Amino acid sequence: MTYKVTDEGETSTVFLDGEIDMDKTEGAKEVIFPLIDAGKNVNLNLSNVQYMDSSGISVLIESHQKALEKGTKLIVKDVSKSVLKVIMMAKLEQILNLE
Amino acid sequence: MNTEATNLSEKKDFLVRSSSLKDVRSFSREVFEKFNIDENLREELVLAIAEAAQNIVKHAYKDYPDTQDRMAVRISCTDKELEIAFFDKGKPVEESKVKHRAIDDIKPGGLGTFFIQEIMDSIKFKEGDKPWINNLVLTKKL
Repeated sequence: MTYKVTDEGETSTVFLDGEIDMDKTEGAKEVIFPLIDAGKNVNLNLSNVQYMDSSGISVLIESHQKALEKGTKLIVKDVSKSVLKVIMMAKLEQILNLE
Repeated sequence: MNTEATNLSEKKDFLVRSSSLKDVRSFSREVFEKFNIDENLREELVLAIAEAAQNIVKHAYKDYPDTQDRMAVRISCTDKELEIAFFDKGKPVEESKVKHRAIDDIKPGGLGTFFIQEIMDSIKFKEGDKPWINNLVLTKKL
């Protein structure tokens, strides 16, 4: 997994890349959590993530809940068809902010 | 499914590590391509296989992160059914403790087994024949 972060005002956009599994979740958290802790709104762009398992879904849930706690917002953007299928299997399409 | 792809079977073993999960997925994708499994089914089957392999790493080997043990994955198919078997030498699985979280109780974790149940038609835990301890068998009608 690789990533890129861009900043615009109070919003950071995190571009993740590759396949997100148990082996990659710590890396994803290390990028996303500090931004939320710093009070940033986070756009999580998943257009280049073609595979995500339950560990990756846990990162989405944890990030979403952390943002709620901190009074910021996590938006999950440009989700690929294959990842959306997994999000829907977890019945999270109404919980996460998807754009 | 291609009718020529009958009674096929492929098996491969992997070091029990989270870093092996990508290799488990690659193996599964290669086998599904070779077996000519319906493309619409392939990625969800890969997810089920990866979740089961992840459970071996996370649970059967919870206390042994540096193990040199290997786990094996065997994918077999007939015209009518796909069978995926997992073999490991980790802590014996207590089937009564294998359950997913309530799906409407939104919190991290506890979804792997739910995904497997959603994707596959049957899940059976068996005692493994020596040298294996655990033998999980998943099936899916084709």
